[in-house]
Amino acid sequence: MSSTGSPREAHVAHIERFGIQLQTPDDLIIGLAGNPNTGKSTVFNALTGLNQHTGNWAGKTVGSAIGHFHHQQRSFTIVDLPGTYSLLSQSADEQVARDFVCFGNPHVTLVVTDATNLERNLNLALQVMEVTDRVVVAVNLMDEAKRKGIRIDIDKLQAELGVPVMPIAARSGTGLAELKEMLLQVAIGAVSPTPKPLTYSEEVERTVAALLPQVEPLVAGVLRPRWVALRLIDGDDSVLAALARYTEEHPTVIQTGKVVVPS
Amino acid sequence: METIPLTQLAIGERARVISLLATGQQRRRMLDLGLVPQAMIEALRKSPAGDPVAYRIRGAVIALRREEASLVTVTRI
Repeated sequence: MSSTGSPREAHVAHIERFGIQLQTPDDLIIGLAGNPNTGKSTVFNALTGLNQHTGNWAGKTVGSAIGHFHHQQRSFTIVDLPGTYSLLSQSADEQVARDFVCFGNPHVTLVVTDATNLERNLNLALQVMEVTDRVVVAVNLMDEAKRKGIRIDIDKLQAELGVPVMPIAARSGTGLAELKEMLLQVAIGAVSPTPKPLTYSEEVERTVAALLPQVEPLVAGVLRPRWVALRLIDGDDSVLAALARYTEEHPTVIQTGKVVVPS
Repeated sequence: METIPLTQLAIGERARVISLLATGQQRRRMLDLGLVPQAMIEALRKSPAGDPVAYRIRGAVIALRREEASLVTVTRI
């Protein structure tokens, strides 16, 4: 992670694709992701108070809640994504969460995790970090973890992940002011998270390297090419369908199929 | 160290995941539920019909059908 005095170039969120109304055109957009039962809704309510409304994702029977809050004279719109264990499975919930993180281009994706069950929760955090740098991890239920005798080394976790990690207890409001400040810092580019890249087996890495020259020109500027290459290796057609849906000129030319592993 | 299909784990027994025989989306789903090699798993209880069985996997209780559990190999601990 690095802090710089001058914000990097303005980040453009593509919220109109998801039919989400902003309070002001300058709103900073936060996508709220997390496993089921992590207190994600408690975090959402604590950040937005009663300033929220519900909607539906276009074409999906998946509910969504959208809320607003202010911090340091900036207006934030926060989108509560469905609670999921993964961005990569095929349920409607997971596809909604994935599409928003990938194609909504939020200023920050906030991943809420459960301090009493961190290992399970980090799966989703790592998956989000593969899609975007603009990630903040909130470790919620710190009070409950303490009661259970669980101690979490926030600094170590932050160093391991490479993204800001904020301890909170949303029920009592502990840590929320600091969380809002960090969301602002990342949203305006004053803090630049640098997620530690995940390295896969040698065979997978070789295949990714072989695919990248073809994938890069097709998705550069839309999605991280490495992530798309990994999904191609997965044989995940739904990512390609989403690419075609959310980008105009992009790539009906990519297909999944047998991958020949270069030796 | 004897490896067995998860279906042979009796209620109350604990085991460590050795490998998944599932492929494609089913494998992805299992990995996302926390069924990764070395993960601890405990058989908690059976549904009245004996299938599915509830397992504790990394702090969450997850029900697996027999056909899914048969694709997970484990070793008792």
